[in-house]
Amino acid sequence: MSITRRGFMQSVGAATAVGLIGAPHLALGASKKVVVVGGGTGGATAAKYIRMADPSIEVTLIEANEHYYTCYLSNEVLSDERSIDSIKFGYSGLQGHGVKVVHDTVSEIDAAGMVVKTKSGKSYGYDKCIVSPGISLNYGAIDGYSHEAAESIPHAWKAGPQTSLLRKQLHEMKDGGTFVIVAPPNPFRCPPGPYERASQVAMFMKAHKPNSKVLILDPKPAFSKKGLFEQAWKKFYGYGTDNSMITWKGTPSGSDDNVVSAVDVASKTVTTGFDDVKADVLNIIPPQMAGKVAIDSGLANDKGWCPVKLKTFESTLHKNIHVIGDSSVATGMPKSGYAANSQAKVTASAVIAMLNGQEPGIPSYVNTCYSIAGHNHGFSVAAVYKLAEDESKIVSVAGGLTPMDASEEQLRREVEFAYSWFNNVTNDAFG
Amino acid sequence: MAYNIFTKAVLATGLTFAVSSAFAADVPVQSGASDGMLANTCAGCHGTNGNSTGPSAPTIAGYNPEYFKFSMAAFASGEFPSTIMGRIAKGYTEDEIAQMADFYAKQKFIPAKQEFDAAQAKKADKLHDKYCEKCHEDGGASPEDESGFLAGQWAPYLRMQLADYYAGSREPSKKMKKKMEELHEKAGDAGVEALVNYYASKQ
Repeated sequence: MSITRRGFMQSVGAATAVGLIGAPHLALGASKKVVVVGGGTGGATAAKYIRMADPSIEVTLIEANEHYYTCYLSNEVLSDERSIDSIKFGYSGLQGHGVKVVHDTVSEIDAAGMVVKTKSGKSYGYDKCIVSPGISLNYGAIDGYSHEAAESIPHAWKAGPQTSLLRKQLHEMKDGGTFVIVAPPNPFRCPPGPYERASQVAMFMKAHKPNSKVLILDPKPAFSKKGLFEQAWKKFYGYGTDNSMITWKGTPSGSDDNVVSAVDVASKTVTTGFDDVKADVLNIIPPQMAGKVAIDSGLANDKGWCPVKLKTFESTLHKNIHVIGDSSVATGMPKSGYAANSQAKVTASAVIAMLNGQEPGIPSYVNTCYSIAGHNHGFSVAAVYKLAEDESKIVSVAGGLTPMDASEEQLRREVEFAYSWFNNVTNDAFG
Repeated sequence: MAYNIFTKAVLATGLTFAVSSAFAADVPVQSGASDGMLANTCAGCHGTNGNSTGPSAPTIAGYNPEYFKFSMAAFASGEFPSTIMGRIAKGYTEDEIAQMADFYAKQKFIPAKQEFDAAQAKKADKLHDKYCEKCHEDGGASPEDESGFLAGQWAPYLRMQLADYYAGSREPSKKMKKKMEELHEKAGDAGVEALVNYYASKQ
């Protein structure tokens, strides 16, 4: 064992030497500047990990809001399994790492001038810019839906006030009412999210409004973790019987049966290719695109998402701007909080190397995504990824779903691990 | 130095692990990530630099590297029961796991800040000395033990591991099994729970 320990010390020495390579910039009196746009899980993690690994780099994070509400586990707020405050995070942790946090709205990222401009008129020059703006909602895809309409028909796909609004509507709904979830087409943030939401709403109804129903109108023929969700719905909510609390209406490819094309806001009625459906509570999760600032800054392709080099997450459209998280086209990885956290670390490492005139290292990525479908009933999908040799995609080298024959105890533990993951990933990003 | 309980197990599981970690990827992939790059993939569940904010995922900072490698091999082979670690452990080669083990051995272990029952913790002082201290030295706080830290580890995690040992889904070494049986005969479930509080009290 003593040989192994000596080995560690050599590694420590090597790591320190690498860390000091940033020093010449200090000697020249010009520390390198990184500006992070967006203070969600991706942006916060990137800012923190750059400062932890190379404190000679000046990191400024620009975020409009003083608090961030995680989208992950926000479905539990609807059912009162957790409070809205439990998914709320501030930025004092990042400040503790020496990140300069600015609360302002970015109006433009000027790639040619290498400067980020804000609505209040300030400019922030950068050597590297990391853009992590999450998603924007394509209201225009559904006739009658809009930012204003979302004040009465919430999407609740960006957590915070929207989550609280949807919770209030569920709690005030009459027993016997129908809660309609309009699911989005691919690709979108948190692929299992709409189905976990249906589960959490049904869990609440079962206890408080037992004659109520959840209806999911889905433009897709299938969805993430479908087998595991349906198994849980059968166990808890009578799925598949005449009296099922949850109904899922999918759409075969080539059909428009359950594709919602329009909404009448006043009557909470949606129009699909087949029918008109009236809801008591209506939750429209519209089609999605990259965050607005990324689109406005010319970082998105014609589909509305940001293409990147998968080794460094540097935009293929603009040099020295790296796009991470939901906005990026991270071919092979889902749009999830943990994926954003993992991509942020890969990017932090690449940015440090590039600022120090080094070749970025080989990446390693990971994702885990938990869903809680009933009391003591959770399941997950996990993957460990490597970069394809030709760098065309991120390849899952191991992972998979919770097995369909998992024991009650395993499903209970998945809930425990979901909560433990939540504590750790939020602390890893914001702590 | 504590009795080397895992050497044989490491040798025995090595072969299984090499087979199970053969990648399912259908295209050639890039390998050769740095220690830190690999280790950072653990942090979302086990905390920044391996110090878990809990409560169910253990802190892995300061782990004995041999125990780290042994555990990952045992998760990958299914020898250790798990919900998710088995799926993830298969994603790394033996060399990569050795790199991660080196990284985490260098990180400072920070005892978990958690509530505990002081009376029970006090009661279990003797139980630890009698049944555990021989291998889990210094009240379960020695990094020289070829085991995870017990002192300062998260109580819900410890409870889960003990439950698995007693249920037989996780196989302890012969010596550990003997001591665990003696402990349970003498002190029962209450004694086991008191021990959890004892380790949780080490902050």
